[in-house]
Amino acid sequence: MERLLDIRNLKVWYSTYRGFAKVVDGINMHVGKGEKVGLVGESGCGKTTTMKSILRVLDSRKVHIPEGEIIFKGSDILRMNYNEIQQVRRRSISMISQEPSAALNPVFTVGDQIMEVIRHSGQFDKNFSKKDMKSLAIKAIRDVLISDPERIFDSYPHQLSGGMKQRICIVMALVTPRELLIADEPGTALDVTIQDQIHRLLRSLVEEKHMSLIMITHSLGVARELVDRIYVMYAGNIVEAAKTKDLFKNPLHPYTRGLMDCVPRLSGGGVSEGIYGYIPDYINPTPGCRFYPRCPDAKEVCSRQKPPATVATENHLVACFKYN
Amino acid sequence: MLLYISKRLFQGVFVVVGISILIFIISRVVPGDPARMALGPRAPQYAVDELRREMHLDKPLPVQYCYWFSGVIRGDFGKSINTKRPVMADVKEFLPATIELALFSGFLFIFFSIILGLLAARYRDTWVDGIIRALSYTGIAVPAFVVAVILMLLFGYVWPIIPVLGRLSSDITAPPVITGLITVDSLATGNFTAFFDALKHLLLPSLALAVGPLFQEARILRSSLTDNMGKEYISVATGYGISGSVIMRKYLLKPSFIPVVSVMGLDFASLMGNAFLVERIFNWPGISRYGINAMLNKDLNAISAVIVIFGAIFIVVNIIVDLIVASLDPRIRLGGK
Amino acid sequence: MNKEPIAKNELNRCRKKGLLSPSAKENLRIYWYKFSRNKLSVLGLFIVLISIFLAIFAPVVSRYPQHVKEFVDYEKANLPPSASYFFGTDIFGRDIFTRVIFSFRGALLMSVIVLSIAVPIGVLLGLIAGYYNGTWIDIIIMRLTDVFLALPPLILALAIAAVLKPNLTSSMIAVTAMWWPWYTRLVYGMATALSKEYFVKNAELIGASRFHILFNEILPNCLSPIFTKMALDVGWVILIGASLSFVGLGEQPPTPAFGQMISDGARYMPDLWWMTIFPALAIAFIILGFNFFGDGIRDMLDRGR
Repeated sequence: MERLLDIRNLKVWYSTYRGFAKVVDGINMHVGKGEKVGLVGESGCGKTTTMKSILRVLDSRKVHIPEGEIIFKGSDILRMNYNEIQQVRRRSISMISQEPSAALNPVFTVGDQIMEVIRHSGQFDKNFSKKDMKSLAIKAIRDVLISDPERIFDSYPHQLSGGMKQRICIVMALVTPRELLIADEPGTALDVTIQDQIHRLLRSLVEEKHMSLIMITHSLGVARELVDRIYVMYAGNIVEAAKTKDLFKNPLHPYTRGLMDCVPRLSGGGVSEGIYGYIPDYINPTPGCRFYPRCPDAKEVCSRQKPPATVATENHLVACFKYN
Repeated sequence: MLLYISKRLFQGVFVVVGISILIFIISRVVPGDPARMALGPRAPQYAVDELRREMHLDKPLPVQYCYWFSGVIRGDFGKSINTKRPVMADVKEFLPATIELALFSGFLFIFFSIILGLLAARYRDTWVDGIIRALSYTGIAVPAFVVAVILMLLFGYVWPIIPVLGRLSSDITAPPVITGLITVDSLATGNFTAFFDALKHLLLPSLALAVGPLFQEARILRSSLTDNMGKEYISVATGYGISGSVIMRKYLLKPSFIPVVSVMGLDFASLMGNAFLVERIFNWPGISRYGINAMLNKDLNAISAVIVIFGAIFIVVNIIVDLIVASLDPRIRLGGK
Repeated sequence: MNKEPIAKNELNRCRKKGLLSPSAKENLRIYWYKFSRNKLSVLGLFIVLISIFLAIFAPVVSRYPQHVKEFVDYEKANLPPSASYFFGTDIFGRDIFTRVIFSFRGALLMSVIVLSIAVPIGVLLGLIAGYYNGTWIDIIIMRLTDVFLALPPLILALAIAAVLKPNLTSSMIAVTAMWWPWYTRLVYGMATALSKEYFVKNAELIGASRFHILFNEILPNCLSPIFTKMALDVGWVILIGASLSFVGLGEQPPTPAFGQMISDGARYMPDLWWMTIFPALAIAFIILGFNFFGDGIRDMLDRGR
C-alpha cells in the first residue's frame, strides 16, 4: 500500500525547569492511503504530542524536535516553510482535538468558525459566494446527524452540549475534502453511548470520503472496532505494531497484554489484573526499556538496554527482549 | 441583550439608593449634630434649635432621610457652609473641569495601555517586555499624588515648557461656556489658541492620573494575551491553516480584551479617587478640589453632594463597561448554562 | 507471582521521586521553590522583612528618635543629605531619615490593623452569603457589598475620615470600612461554588453543623486566594493611608507619615527636594516590596506547576 504519511524516528522534547522531558522518544509509524490506523496508549504517553507535531501546532517556545522526519506525500513536514505547511493544514490533514469544549473559540458562533475553515481551505474559486459556503457548512452539520443545523450554526459554543461540540469539531475537520484525519480521543469527555455514536459516525464519514484515519485512543476496545492496524505506545515509544486481528489474536508485548486485560470481556469472569505502577519519569528515563519498572517479565538486560523493534511475524513488530 | 441592559439599569438604580443611605449615615449621623456643626460652636442654642427644626433634625431618622433624599432627587443638596451658595450651583460650576480631566486621562490610559500591552505580548520575554514590566511596577508602586508632585517639579522648575497650574493661561480669554469643557467649547467656537492652551494645561494632571492604570492595564492585557496564546482553540485554528491575521483578530484579541475591559472600570474608579489629590496639586478648579476643601472644612452638604455625584458617575461608567464586556462576550450576553 | 510487594516497592520509589504526596519538609521545599522561582518575589520578601524590622526597631535604628515629636533646631534646618543626615533635614531641622523610618512604623501598623479587622468581617460575610446562596441573607449581604463597591474606594475613605476627627484612628476606621467588601465579594464567589460540591453536600448529609461546614469544609478551600489578596493589600492600604495623610486626614504632625511629609515637602520644591523625594521613594519601596511578595505568595499557593 502506498504510504501517505511516514513518521521516522521522531523525537519531541519539552523543555521544563528540570531539563528536557523526552516525551516522544524516537517513534516510527506510517499510514497508507485509505488506511485506518490506531494509536493506543495510556494518557500522557505522548500520543497527542506526536499528532500535534504532524500539524506543527506545538508551542515552538517550549518544544524541541531534535531528530526525526515526518514525510507527507514525499516531503518532510518538519522542514517545510510557512506557506508549504499552511497548504498541508488547509488542504490535506485535519485534526479533531481531544477537548471539544476547549477547541472552539468561545466568542464566535460555531457557524462563523466553520466558515473560517472553509474560507481558508482555498479549494473554492472566487465564484463561490458566502451563501454557498454557508450551505456547505449547513450540509456538513447535517451530515453529523444534527437535526436543526441552522440553529446550531448560529449558536455559541457555550450554548451547546459536549456531544454537540464534539460533532462541530468533526464538522470542522471534514467540511472540506482532506486526505488524512487525525482524531484525538474523540468522545472521551462524553458518556459512553454518545461516544459510541461519535465513533461510528466518524468511521462512516471517513470511509465515505475515502480518507485515511489516525485514531488516537487509550482503549484497545475502541481501536478494535474502528481501525485496520494498531500501534501500541508506551511512554514515548512504540512497543508493538500489528494488524488489529493479529494483535488481538496474539499480543506479544507485556504492556499490550496488560492493556488487553483492561478490555472487559463477555466471557470469563473476575476483575482484570491491570498493570501496576505509574507512568515513568520522562526527564531522567531509564537507559533501558521504559516499561521495565512495571514489567512482570522483566529481565536483567531490560534495565540496561533499549529493546529494538523486531519483526516477530509478518507485519507484526514488537520492541521487547523476550522476542529478540 | 435588552433584558441584560434593563437588569443592569435596575441594579444601578438600586445601588444609587443604597449609596444615598450610606452617605446620609456618613454625613448626618456619624458627625453628631449637623445643625451645631453648620452654625459653629459659638452660636446660641435657640438658633441651633431653629435650624434643627428647619433641617427636620427633630424628626426620626427615616423621616429625615426621606426629606433629604427627596431634596437630592430635585438636585437640592442644601447650602454650602464654605461658599455660602447652594451646593448645586457649585457643582455646576466645578464638575465640567473634572469631567474634562477624567475623559482626557481615560483616553490616555486606554490608548497607551493597549499599545504597550500589545507590544509586551508581541515581544514577550525580550527587553521590550522587560521595560514595560519595570514601568508597570513603577506605576503600581508610585502613588498618583507622588507622580503629580514629580511632574510638577520637572515641568514647573526644571524644564518649564508646559503649564502646571489651572485650566487656561491668564492672558487667554476663555471661550463661552457651552458644555463647560474648555477644549470642546473652544473648538466649537473656532478658538484654536484657547484649544491648544487648554490641551497643554490638561496634559500634566491627566498624565499624573493615567500613569498608574496605564501600566497595570498594559500588564493585564499582556498576560491575558499570553494566556490565550496557549489556548487549545488557537492551536486548533492554526492546525486548520487559518491565516495569522485572522487568528490574531478573532481568536486572540477579542477574547483577550474581555478581562481588560472589566478591569478598566475599576481603574476608572481609582482614577476618580486620585483626582481628589491631583486636582489639589495642579490647582485644577474641578469638583474634586471642591470636594477636598469641603471635607477639610466639614462642609457636610457639599461632601454628600460630591460623593453622590461621584457614585452616580462611577455607576454609569460601570454600566457602560459591563455593556462593552457583554457585547464582546456571548457567555455574559446570553447567559451561561 | 505475588503482586503486593511490587506495588509497595513502586509506591516507595514514587514517593522518593516526589511523585506522591510529599512529607512536610518536602512541602516546605516545594513552597520555597515555587515562591523563589521568581527572583522578584525573593526581593519582595527581603523588602518586607526590612520594613518589618525597621518598623519594630525604629527607635533603635534611627539616630534622632526625638525628631518625631515636637522638635525644632533651626541651626540644623534645611540641610541637604549628608553623612549625619542621610536624607537631609526639614525646615525645622528634623532628620528626614528618622521620620521616614517612623513612617514605616505607622504605615505597617495601619495596614496590619485594617486588614486584621476588615478581612475577618469580609470573609465571614462572604462565607455566609455564599453558603446561603439565593436566600434573603445572601441578598442583603451582597447588595450591601455592592453599595460599598459602587464608590471609588479612596473617595469613600476620604469622606469617612473627613467627618471623623482627623487622626490615625479615624483614617484606619475609614479604610477598614471600605476594605471588607472586597473580601466579601472574593469569598462569596468561591463559597457559592464550593457549597455545591459533593464534600459539602456529604457533610450536610451526615448532619454536620453549619459552623463546621462553614469553617472546616468551605473556609479552608478559600484560604489561598485570601492570603494572596492580603499580601497584596498591605501595599494598597499603605497607599490609601498615604493618600489620606497627604490631604491632612491621617496622622497629625508632629508624628510623621508618608503622605504628610510629601505634601509638606512639595511646598519647598525644588530647593529642598530631599524633603519630598525620599519619603516618596520610601513609599514606592514598601509598596513595591509588598506587591512582589504578594505575587510570590500567589505563585506559591498556586496549585499545580
